[in-house]
Amino acid sequence: MKTIRDVLWKDLLIEWRARSRTVALLSFAYTILLLFAFAIGPDAAALRQHAGAYLWLGLLLCSSLLLDRTMRTEFEAGAIQSLMLVPVSSSGLFFGKALANTLQLWLVGAVSVPLVFVVCDASLTESVGLMALTLVMGAAGLAAPGTLYAAMIARLSGRQLLLPLMLFPLVVPVVVAAVKSTSLVMLGDPMDQIGSWLVLLGCFNLVYWSLCGILFGRVVEA
Amino acid sequence: MNQRWEIWVGLLGTVMLVWAHYTGLFVSPPEAMMGDVGRILYAHVPTAWVGLLTYLVAFIAAIGALATGRAAWDAMVEATVEVGLLLNVLLLIQGSLWAKPTWGVYWTWDPRLTTCAIMVVAFGVVLALRRQIDAPMRRLTISSVATIIAFVNVPIVYLSVKWWKTLHQPYSSPETVDSAMVTPLRVAAFGMLFLATAFVVRRWRIGLVALQRDFEAPDLPEASAPLKVED
Repeated sequence: MKTIRDVLWKDLLIEWRARSRTVALLSFAYTILLLFAFAIGPDAAALRQHAGAYLWLGLLLCSSLLLDRTMRTEFEAGAIQSLMLVPVSSSGLFFGKALANTLQLWLVGAVSVPLVFVVCDASLTESVGLMALTLVMGAAGLAAPGTLYAAMIARLSGRQLLLPLMLFPLVVPVVVAAVKSTSLVMLGDPMDQIGSWLVLLGCFNLVYWSLCGILFGRVVEA
Repeated sequence: MNQRWEIWVGLLGTVMLVWAHYTGLFVSPPEAMMGDVGRILYAHVPTAWVGLLTYLVAFIAAIGALATGRAAWDAMVEATVEVGLLLNVLLLIQGSLWAKPTWGVYWTWDPRLTTCAIMVVAFGVVLALRRQIDAPMRRLTISSVATIIAFVNVPIVYLSVKWWKTLHQPYSSPETVDSAMVTPLRVAAFGMLFLATAFVVRRWRIGLVALQRDFEAPDLPEASAPLKVED
């Protein structure tokens, strides 16, 4: 637990010291949301109907930038080798880094939600807690495989193309479940379906976090 | 046994496939709802079964490669992912040809179709990664991890017809089709299995020669400066 906490703190501190990168990422998310709105045109009903999808597609695009950047920082100047020399478990390193990525993605999501409300004329029909829970679980579902993949390709020349190519197909179930859950939170859930989508998100998170935690050590050692 | 036994297995598979498709096309009765269009079942269903089975072998080989670090397992990952990908692409083409006369479109965003298309990209990336990495041990580790993660999609493909509302029919098995169709379907499935086995083993033999050479090559120091030609 101490390893996870220390790595999480280290990663958040690095991000805090390079705040301009986080601001750039938030601006990117905002631009994507605006572009979706421009592409659809002044059809308020269509924008409201698909607001959840725009939010998660924006987060997905941001995730590829964020994950590549956080892992590149680790591999620059051999920092990862120094980290591996510390006598701690590689799973602890993975969970710390993936949690830091989850928190950052969640922050981008939390800032994007009010923008979605403004741009798409959407609003919350269900509770704020359900929205926050969907954001946390969706961000975690993107961050776990994303952290592993970013580590796998950190030294490859075409990594900026490879990361979305590897990550996006893999996280389709996460995106589908997160979009459905978000849409139900925004548009209303008369059939009580949110619970089943959140359970599906929970199952994917369980599989990805445990599998990636086991495999991360081998990837970094390679 | 002969060192090249896979050639005979492949030939046996081809003969079985020819017999099964002849019987499926000209002897067995037409499908009750779709008529003659339904005869593509004898090609499509065995391709799906054997394709998923090949990915399962790739998953097991990836675990073996990570556990042992041996070139033989690594060559098996490469061979099974390549053959699995070939069957996966064939599956999508056959499915599209079947979808046009039955659903009216070549492609629709149905969960089974979408998850199958995702599988092509997920396993295609494994081969792309292998081409990007020169160091043999690093290539073994990275491609094995990518194969294990890509395999997460396989149970989703299988269960997609149960989890989501889908146009695609439920699981096909000898119990879900008429008894007159069972024999050609079974023979086609085993024929496809034998043919895929022959492809995998042949590809494994070819890959193993190249990989063993890579594994046995001494590690060269990285060049610290560009090489210059002395005047």
